[in-house]
Amino acid sequence: MQSIELARRARISALTMCSTSGASHIGAALSVIDILAVLYGHVADVAPHRTDDPARDIVLVSKGHSASGVYAVLAHAGYLPLEWLDDYYLDGSHLGGHVTAHGNPGVELSTGALGHALPFGVGRALTDKLDGVDRRVFVVLSDGECAEGSNWEAALMAAHHSLGNVTVVIDRNRLQILGRTEDVLGLEPFADKWRAFGWEVDEIDGHDHVQLTEALRVRSDRPRAIVANTTKGKGVDFMEDKVEWHTLVPTADHLALALAQLQTNTTEVQA
Amino acid sequence: MRDAFVKKLNEKAADDPNIMLLVGDLGFGVVADFGDTYPKQFLNCGVAEQSMVGIAAGMAASGRRPFVYSIANFPTLRPLEQIRNDICYHGLSVTIVSVGAGLAYGSLGYTHHAVEDISILRSLPGMRVFSPADALECNAAVDEILATPGPAYLRLGKNREPLVNPTQPDLSRGEPILIRDGSDVTLIAAGPIITQALEVAENLVASGVSVRVVSCPVIKPLNAEAIRSVAEGTVGIVTLEEHTILGGFGSAVLEGFAVRGWRTPILPLGLEDAATHIMGSQEWIRERAGLATPYVQQRVATFAEENA
Ligand SMILES: Cc1ncc(C[n+]2csc(CCOP(=O)(O)OP(=O)(O)O)c2C)c(N)n1
Repeated sequence: MQSIELARRARISALTMCSTSGASHIGAALSVIDILAVLYGHVADVAPHRTDDPARDIVLVSKGHSASGVYAVLAHAGYLPLEWLDDYYLDGSHLGGHVTAHGNPGVELSTGALGHALPFGVGRALTDKLDGVDRRVFVVLSDGECAEGSNWEAALMAAHHSLGNVTVVIDRNRLQILGRTEDVLGLEPFADKWRAFGWEVDEIDGHDHVQLTEALRVRSDRPRAIVANTTKGKGVDFMEDKVEWHTLVPTADHLALALAQLQTNTTEVQA
Repeated sequence: MRDAFVKKLNEKAADDPNIMLLVGDLGFGVVADFGDTYPKQFLNCGVAEQSMVGIAAGMAASGRRPFVYSIANFPTLRPLEQIRNDICYHGLSVTIVSVGAGLAYGSLGYTHHAVEDISILRSLPGMRVFSPADALECNAAVDEILATPGPAYLRLGKNREPLVNPTQPDLSRGEPILIRDGSDVTLIAAGPIITQALEVAENLVASGVSVRVVSCPVIKPLNAEAIRSVAEGTVGIVTLEEHTILGGFGSAVLEGFAVRGWRTPILPLGLEDAATHIMGSQEWIRERAGLATPYVQQRVATFAEENA
């Protein structure tokens, strides 16, 4: 399946999952789904039949609250049974409201407390470097999350050890829970911060699968940070760039409206 | 309970311009009023809890009275060393407030379960620990925290916990509160799980076991004498908490009695020493983690019988 279609299906599933189960965070999921679809779809060297392969690439999603989007992408990409999505967040489910590794193939790290995946990823990458293993570690961060010092401590380490095997993608949607990132705790000049920490930086449209693919495929002898400019709630007009859709749960009416938009959207041509 | 807390702090802030509310980008729809009413007494520190707690300590050293507000383990375990060194070591008057006691954020998973916080926070020097069962105990805890200087931890449920107190209790002596009288065994709960203790008491009436239900919102400093007297005339004490059995409220009671050489039989009930991989609501996980009413009821009945 092409990544654009993967993302479209994942959006439909994530919306349905949050609405039927009463879960928050749909805005965060819609924001990151294109990044995940490109990573799991065709950039990362991963596949459903080799989730234990020691040579596989490692994909870590630090913004664990985007779980509905992560699980939806994984299910439509063949990692998880599609029917597991039906009881997301409900009693007895495999799939909780934050990204959970336990029992879920394709998930490398349980997240939910922000600011954990980059240090963990640097640990995996350093070990690979010591062992001479040539594989890549991708870490997906949110932007509000970049207020956590742990990210910058790990960023120092990755640059210090020239970890060209580490690629960070930041879902730069400019919103967090209580407001805009630049109003709460400004991050700008954001790309320059990563550069100053010794990282190679790309700034792209985080919903454009061609740009994502190209930026993610680049290899370097330094760690790379891709600032993916995104829209929180992407794909559903009344959720786009609206802070409240971090927390609100889509009602049945919201869901119907949202699905209508996603079902009529003609899929763009995949690169 | 979280709404009650913010409302209460709102009232207090009107009289005391030193009260500050610091949030870690949490409290959507809950803290906005406070921020609008007292813009100079409100600060969203962003998703940066270590920085937030250090900032709170600095503000306290400058004479402010900061309350640090977040959920689950974010204001406790994440900035633990800032709490220990910056606040407790210097005896500063900062209050840490966490919403989502125990398994309240059930389906959000283990990252969001606050089930080790009592053990860890109560081990810090000078740290007072409050675990209110309802909004009235929460209000009383805020009054008590503000009445006395020093570090404090306020462990809140989520919202809409049923009231178990008829009026706001007085927590100035840290005394436990008798909620329902009984004569055979004393069941003491810390926090909103008291509602289950009340169910247990009601259910055991039919089996002829009379359970005295007590709420103990002040875990530290623990008033062991008052706990002993509230249990007087019963065969012993069962403690109930939505928290690991290791080092929590039950342990505090055991320690309090052991160091005084009191031999009252005590049975601590709580969560086993294991990260839960179960996904589901608070009720669902309680059931599978051995904290549901039928299980607690069984343990209480057996305890009463064995010690009769
Ligand atoms: C350590 C920690 N602190 C606080 C939270 C609560 N929280 C969940 S998402 C979020 C911020 C969301 O903004 P952002 O990081 O930009 O992610 P987005 O949803 O916008 O992609 C916060 C504060 C958390 N999960 N972990």
